[in-house]
Order: sequence, then structure tokens, then C-alpha cells
Amino acid sequence: MTQTTASALGPTAARGSAPSGKPYDFSRKYWVFAVPATVIILAVIVFPWLFTVFMSAGDWKIGGGVEFVGLDNFRTLFADERFRDSMRITFIFTVLAVVIPVALGTAAALVFHSEFPFRGVLRTIFVMPMMATPVAVSLVWKMMFHPQLGVLNYILSLFGIPPSAWVFSPETVIPTLVMVEVWHWTPLVMLILLGGLAGLPKEPYESAVIDGANGWHMFRFITLPLLWPYIMIALIIRTIDALKVFDIIFVISEGGPGTASETLNIFLYLQAFQFYKIGYASAVVVIFFGIIVALSLLLLYTRQKSKWNA
Amino acid sequence: MSSEKTLRPSGIDVTRRSLLKTGVGATALGVIGAPALVRTANAQSKFDWKRFNGEQIDVMLVKNPRSDLLQAAEKEFTELTGIKVSSEQIPEQQQRQKAMIEYSSGRPTFDVTMLALHVQKRLSYKGKWTEDLRPFINNPEMTNPEFDFADFGKAGLSFATQADGVMNTLPHFVDFWMLYYNKEMFQQKGVEYPKSMDDIVAAAAKLNDPSKGVAGFVSRGLKNANIPVWTSWLLGQGLETIDPATGKLNTDGAEAIWAAELYRKLNKDYAPPGTIGFNWNECQTTFMQGRAAMWLDGIGFATPLEDPKSSKIVGKVGYGITPPGPKAHHSAIFADGMGISQASKKKGAAWYYIQFMVGKKHQLAMLKAGAGSPARMSPFNDPEGTKSSIFAKDYFDCMSGSGKIGRPGLPQIIPVTEFRDIFGVALTNTLSGADPAAELKKATEAFKPVLDKSEQG
Repeated sequence: MTQTTASALGPTAARGSAPSGKPYDFSRKYWVFAVPATVIILAVIVFPWLFTVFMSAGDWKIGGGVEFVGLDNFRTLFADERFRDSMRITFIFTVLAVVIPVALGTAAALVFHSEFPFRGVLRTIFVMPMMATPVAVSLVWKMMFHPQLGVLNYILSLFGIPPSAWVFSPETVIPTLVMVEVWHWTPLVMLILLGGLAGLPKEPYESAVIDGANGWHMFRFITLPLLWPYIMIALIIRTIDALKVFDIIFVISEGGPGTASETLNIFLYLQAFQFYKIGYASAVVVIFFGIIVALSLLLLYTRQKSKWNA
Repeated sequence: MSSEKTLRPSGIDVTRRSLLKTGVGATALGVIGAPALVRTANAQSKFDWKRFNGEQIDVMLVKNPRSDLLQAAEKEFTELTGIKVSSEQIPEQQQRQKAMIEYSSGRPTFDVTMLALHVQKRLSYKGKWTEDLRPFINNPEMTNPEFDFADFGKAGLSFATQADGVMNTLPHFVDFWMLYYNKEMFQQKGVEYPKSMDDIVAAAAKLNDPSKGVAGFVSRGLKNANIPVWTSWLLGQGLETIDPATGKLNTDGAEAIWAAELYRKLNKDYAPPGTIGFNWNECQTTFMQGRAAMWLDGIGFATPLEDPKSSKIVGKVGYGITPPGPKAHHSAIFADGMGISQASKKKGAAWYYIQFMVGKKHQLAMLKAGAGSPARMSPFNDPEGTKSSIFAKDYFDCMSGSGKIGRPGLPQIIPVTEFRDIFGVALTNTLSGADPAAELKKATEAFKPVLDKSEQG
């Protein structure tokens, strides 16, 4: 029947074909399935996105009128030292908050993949931070970071280590926030990689043992290459998460001291919800969206290169 | 029937003095809080608490102890007036965002709202958010003769009054910036309470003892939150950050630099490590754990200091009026007010709610509960108000004394938040070693176009 319909529509080559090789069928009887999804996508994704682009071309402050300014918002943004600084801070924070959890999560996955007593209990404890609400844990961390009364400096003092200013210093605020992010999200990386490790074939390891390979060789030349596609998944998820993190930074440091931890998200929040400059904030969103899409494409391309589908 | 119809001008120009006279007479009857008696006592007046019986109003409040008191009084209000109240408390930042968005939409979902006048005064006026209350106050059919408008303190009233005389909110709460000090530490080191701002530095130097984990002074260093510390010092030079008469920025002159240097010296040399990221709560914790000898902040944060469950300095706290500066003696003030939405269809009932909640009885209750400083003056003159099991006399003296020398701690402009952000960053940078003069100059240049634009259109 499908072929009959397709014949009636004319040459199928011009219409293309599905991956299965069958020609696409655009007959109305299938619209009932496609239209709701299309409408929802248009309403909740395409329209807000286009509206944001539209707003980015306007000088629009809540409570005031809208004036079309073309690309002025973008010109102003790139001349804004604080915006450029927030890009730099976002980059540093993202790199640290991706690389460290992925490295530690890989190590944790390897540890918890092996057999040892109380493994199940310890693995449950290890993943607990991931279950906590970010705002709640941020408030607890903030109390622990208090320079005089926080428990962390007390612990340091037990070991004769001088107190740290933690998030109360421009020099240490980013490493400290990264520490919270690492604590919170390393378990997620571990869970992804544990899944990958469970699915690895045993034969390559048996061959390697016969060939006299040691533990490091087996990890470097068997485990890591086979696990790489899973690591890429973890990298993609962590990169997107680290780029859009807001709650932890806002609750703990509010982007400070000064602007020392003002990432793009905090900058965006200030423009939109403190200064109510919707046009300017929309321009930030457009740029931010471009960065996330570009990074995601790069990571997806790298994942393809890792022969996930091979 | 819409209550709008009942709000016709009475044609009678009631002065504050006449209202006061009437109010004094009625107050002498001692009938506040006794609905039946009130109605009887006012039988000869045109005012009737039951006028809007059966109506319902929506009220948007800020989450704080004062709103708890307002909500607790709703039952009494409904019994007196027959007006039902649906109120909600929203955390401060979110409440401001909600007010901004809903008022901008032109169709707010609330009839009465609480506004932070130090942030939203000009915004609410220019955006036509709330109704001018003067016609209500001056209308004997709409205002209880006991209302006693003259009882409101100058500080709160000046905050609630726009440049052209419009009063689009009624002040409810006034917060004064003052100096908390640890009396025990002062006595141990033989230090007297500072008589000037320069004396604060000298006292901080004597009291600062890092080896014992005690700082001589603590105040906010976190950007945005730190502005009132700087403006408190600047008021000592007789200047506000933006001249209220001319609109001139006083933010990079010699006086502003002096204030910024004082801010830096105290927060850098005599404050605990990490002050650069301190908001009021970190300062409060530090002070009430006995880790700082002085703390400059709003008097509204006093209650936990006297709570034995959380404070180590109960009974040792001194409440001092901000010492005078080189040229003037002022206390930085902040205020909350209550207004009626211009779009409200129940303005009469909304006004009844405001006059009831900001009446003498409930303002006195606020003072007694330690929930902050009321906008009216009568609670301070009432022995009931200053009789407290929590606070010593100097707490009340500090409040009433600060009220007499109060000046706004923030500029009365629309982009207050941007002002706080830009200059807050500049001040924070000085704590990291940046030059105050250069930072203030840069911040002034960055803020001037924002200010100019806000006044256009």
C-alpha cells in the first residue's frame, strides 16, 4: 500500500527515502502522528528561541518600551569588559569542572568494578552526593567555608595547615567552587563508566594475560580504548552541566568576591532579573546558545571519531 | 457593587492637624482593637469600618518577621471590617522580581503590596505601580479619625514621599544603620564608644586581636550588600551618593574617596579574613560568636544577638548610633512601605487594610516583638513599646536617636540595583588592593550613562 501511495505521488527519488530504504510517505493519514509533535516542538523550542533572537535585537527593559537596535546589543556585549571576563571565568570553571570529575570518576569506576568487601555499601555512599539538592548542599558548604567558624578550617588546623579563605577570596573562589562541583558530580561519571566497564568483553584481557601484559598495559591498551566512548558520553554530559551551572555558584558566592566567580550564567541572571535588561540578556543567551551548540557538536564529532558505531 | 464608586472626593480638605486633633480625642477613648466600641465612638464621623464588608483583597508581602505579624492580625481585621484577606509572603529578591513583572504587565494579581522603598521608590512611581494615598488619607469617609497621620516619623515619611509630593506608599518599617559593639571587649581593653568615625578606626586598632581570633571590626564586603557601609561613611561627610536635589553623582569626589578609604581600612586591616565575601549573615555570625568587637549594620538584625540558643554575647551587646563623620552626623536609613495597586478594583478595601496594619496598635506590636523599627513614633513613647525582656534601653534609644538623624542609605533612583552592583564591585576591588580613587572613577564613568538613560522617557 505504501508503494501504491508513493507511486501516486510521483518519483520517490525526489522525495528521498528513510534509512530503511523505503520512500518517505507524506500522505495525510500520518499527519495525526506528526502534527502534535511538530506543534509542541514549534511552541516550546522553536518559538522561544526565535523570540529570544528577536529580543536580542531590541533595547528592551521591563517596564519600558522596546526599541529596535539591530546588532547594538552584541557590539556592546563584546566591548563589555565584565562580559569578556565572565567568558574567561566560565571557560576556566568548565575545564576544571569537567576534567577533574571525569578523571576521578574513571578512577572510582575502576576501583568499584573490582571485587572487595562492602563494595555495595561503599558504592552507595559514594553516589549519595549526586542525590542531594544543589541549593541545599550549597548552603551547607557555604557554612563549612566560613573562614573563622567553618569546619573545614578547623580540620585544616588539626593537621597544622593554615586556614584558607575558600570562597571568601578572589584567588581561591574558583578552585573551591570546582571542589563542590567535583564532590557533587563525580559519582555520575562513575556510574556511567561502571556501566561501560560491565559491558567490556573478557577475551582481550585473557589474551593480554597470556601475552604477559601487566595491569597498566591492560588498562592503557585495552580498558581505556574500549571505555573511551563512555568517557565521551560523560564528557558531553559534564560539559553541558558545567557550562550551565548556576545554583551552586549563586548560593555560595553570588558571583563574588567582586566578579571573581561571575560566570556567564550569573552575568546573564544579573542582566535579566536584577537589571531587567531583557534585550541585552537575550543577546547573552544567543551567544551562550551558540557556544553550547558548537561545543556539543565538537564533542559529538569526537565521539563519532572514537568509533562508537564501529 | 464596585468599591470604586464609593471613592468620590469628599470635597472636605482635612489637614494633618485636624486629623491629629480628631485622632487624639478618639485615642483617649482607648478603643483601638475593640471593633464594636470603635464603631460606636465614630458614630458621628463619616468613617465606617464595615463599609467594604464582604470584599476580598490579595496582598503580596515580603518574607520576614513583620509580615508574620501582619498575617497574624488578619483575623482581627476581618472581624472588624468584614474584608477577607488572602496574603502570601515571598522571599525578598523573588518578591521584587514578581512585583516588577506583574506591575509591568499592567494586571497585577494583588491589591496591596509591600515595597522596599530604598530600591523601588522611584521605580514604583515612574512605572505607575501604586496609587497616590493622599486622597484616601485626606478623606474623612475613608480614614479612621484615630489614624493620626502626624504620628509617622520624618524618616519614613520622606522615604514614602516622591519629589512632587505624591505619596504612593505608606511607610511601615524603617531600618537604621548603627554600630553594634561588644561591651565586654570594650571594658576589658578600656575603650570608650567611638565619638567620631575616625575614633572607630582607633577603637578597632585597640580591640583587634587576631591571635585570639577577635577582629576589631566587621562589616559587609560582598558586592552589592556592601554599599550601605560606604554610604554610611559618606553621610559623615554630609553627602548622599547622588544629590537628591540636583541628581549630581557624588561618587568620585574627595569625600567619596575618603569614605572608600575608611571602608577599606576597617574591612582590610581590622576585619576577619574573608570579609570580602561577607554579607550581613556572615557578619552577624562572626559578631554573635564573640569574634568581632564592632559591627556596622541595620538594627533589624539585632534579635538573634540576644538569643541564648545562637549567641555567645547575650547581654553584652551595645547598640550605638553611628558616630558622626568629619562634617555631619547621620544614620543611613532604609524603609518598607505598603501601597495599593493602581489596577486594583478594590482600592477602598485595600486602603482599609493598610490603615489598619500601619495603625498605632500594630506598629507598637512590631516594636514589642523585636521585629524592627516601626515607621510611627508613638511606639517609642509608649512604655509598653520599650518594655522588653530581650533588649536593654540603649537598643530603643539607638532606634529613636537614629530616627532623628536618618538620611537615605541608597540613592533614590530607578537603577538602584545597577548602582549597588557597579559600586559594590569597585569597593570589593579595593579590598583586593585596588586604588579607591581609580575604582570609584571607573565605576562612576560606568554608571553615569545608566543613570542618564533611566531618567529619559
